[in-house]
Amino acid sequence: MNPVVAAEPQHNAERRDPSSAPSSAASEASEASAADGQAEPVLSLSGAAVRVGGRTLWSGVDLEVQAGEFVAVLGPNGVGKSTLIKVLLGIMPAAEGEIRVLGRRPGEAGSRVGYLPQRRSFDPDLRIRGVDVVRMGLDGDRWGVPLPWSRDRREQQRRVYEVIELVGASAYAHRPIGQCSGGEQQRLLIAQALVRRPEVLLLDEPLDSLDLPNQSAVAALIGRICHQENVAVVMVAHDVNPILHHLDRVVYIAEGGAVCGPPSEVINSETLTRLYRTPVEVLSTQDGRLVVVGQPEAPAVHTDRHGHGHGHGHGDRRADRHAG
Amino acid sequence: MSLLLASADSAGAASAWSQPFFHHALLAGTSIALAAGLVGYFLVLRAQIFTGDALSHVAFTGAMAALAGGYDLRLGLFVSCVLVGLLLAGVGRRGKADDVVIGSAFAWVLGLGSFFLTLYTTSASGSGNGGAGTSVLFGSIFGLDGGQTLVAVLIALAVSLAVLLIARPLLFATLDENVAAARGVPVKALGLGFLALVGVTAGEATQAVGSLLLLGLLAAPAGTAIRLTNRPFRGLALAGGLAVGEMWVGLAVAAWIPQCPPSFAIMTAATVAYAATWLRPRRDRRPSALATAES
Repeated sequence: MNPVVAAEPQHNAERRDPSSAPSSAASEASEASAADGQAEPVLSLSGAAVRVGGRTLWSGVDLEVQAGEFVAVLGPNGVGKSTLIKVLLGIMPAAEGEIRVLGRRPGEAGSRVGYLPQRRSFDPDLRIRGVDVVRMGLDGDRWGVPLPWSRDRREQQRRVYEVIELVGASAYAHRPIGQCSGGEQQRLLIAQALVRRPEVLLLDEPLDSLDLPNQSAVAALIGRICHQENVAVVMVAHDVNPILHHLDRVVYIAEGGAVCGPPSEVINSETLTRLYRTPVEVLSTQDGRLVVVGQPEAPAVHTDRHGHGHGHGHGDRRADRHAG
Repeated sequence: MSLLLASADSAGAASAWSQPFFHHALLAGTSIALAAGLVGYFLVLRAQIFTGDALSHVAFTGAMAALAGGYDLRLGLFVSCVLVGLLLAGVGRRGKADDVVIGSAFAWVLGLGSFFLTLYTTSASGSGNGGAGTSVLFGSIFGLDGGQTLVAVLIALAVSLAVLLIARPLLFATLDENVAAARGVPVKALGLGFLALVGVTAGEATQAVGSLLLLGLLAAPAGTAIRLTNRPFRGLALAGGLAVGEMWVGLAVAAWIPQCPPSFAIMTAATVAYAATWLRPRRDRRPSALATAES
């Protein structure tokens, strides 16, 4: 299948927030590799495509993400949003195209990439403290047991508490993680992904199964980390509304193709209609929330929903879930 | 008066404590308990206690099969336990079998063991050795000779070292499989290697407390440790320490009271310690109203 819409790479240098100017060690590396003052993108995909079992999930994806940018990956169920994250992690190969993560091939950047997989909740009986779960992000891949007389122990502990403070989880970090609420667990897991000071944070539906106040709180937290710590964030999302105000760019994936650009240029009736080749309408509520009406489902989801076509009538029923 | 009683009893105990069989039991028991405690901690944390239950059935059958085939009983123990441990790792947690299938399979495996036992006791080499079955089922830690003790100690220490070596990545893989895999932790290999260690430990524990009771040595100290601390590495150390302590108490009681078999005394010590943790008031439990309000 041909790409539906030729994705236009958005050069967003002018969109860069001046407050996210280089301030940390993260940007030094990119400065060193920048040839003419123009920072090299943290992530870049050109003409990327992925096939799973002979079926092309998406193709023709062009995307450049700069340090400190917040990018959301949107689209209906089963279209391969999580697959994009896996490709960036190097867990899955891309069928076509050139993909660079921090100037290297996916999977080679090691601890410079933080990852938060699709939400898994901890067993309520799991009696391990949140701080220990965060700490696993720091040294969990090292062999042996942590020795109490080790020299860098104090430094490591300081870093763990620093990152827990950053996500605002200090109050419950010493509680068994199984007894923390969903939002609390998610904050601790974000801390775990951040503890090694990654330059890129890949998040797979971090707001899924959180209640609304927690969704906006965690979204604000991610936006703050992104802009304050100058971490590039790529986040798969089901619903764009909780993160809309924090976003720099969106990648909207449909069956076969994708569009990238600032939210206002992508999430509108014209672009999505072109992308889906079927009439799609984007409505804006009074408080600025976006509702996508008439968006077709991916084929995998299609089969278990009987008798619904691509008409508009069904849109409002699904609107809240698939808004964005 | 209690002094009189104690002195009367201590005569028997003192004689037991100076015997070589008791020294062997103490050496082997200490190292086996350490290995069982450390392995058991991760077994409980990974919710794989069920694997230990399966191995307790297999250990008996493996030992009997080795005897019937004319080999050393321990060879059958280790081979069968490690193989089945790896097999269960292959089946994985997702391959959920029917309760009836599991029950029938376990009973069949145990039945197979009794078949091998009969084969052995009716053969020329095994005639008059009908106690072999009982000693595998219920352990014979007071019956270890010097050579057996040395092998048991060396294997148990190797298992303990291996667990400590893989402890941190294994904990990471247990808590957060996907993140650990993305970080380059060999999650699958670790899971497989860990179950091989469980198999070896089950073979070791069978020599101490018997195949029927080995689950207690794997589960009880670890369960106690997990209830006592929320810190993973402190819990690991505590599980090993508790298992060793319970082994010592059990052996001492068994030496003191001749009617009390060591397996029973060890299991009683382990169970009492575990039960005691339930009497301890819980500090960290949240008020349930708050928990439901926020979840």
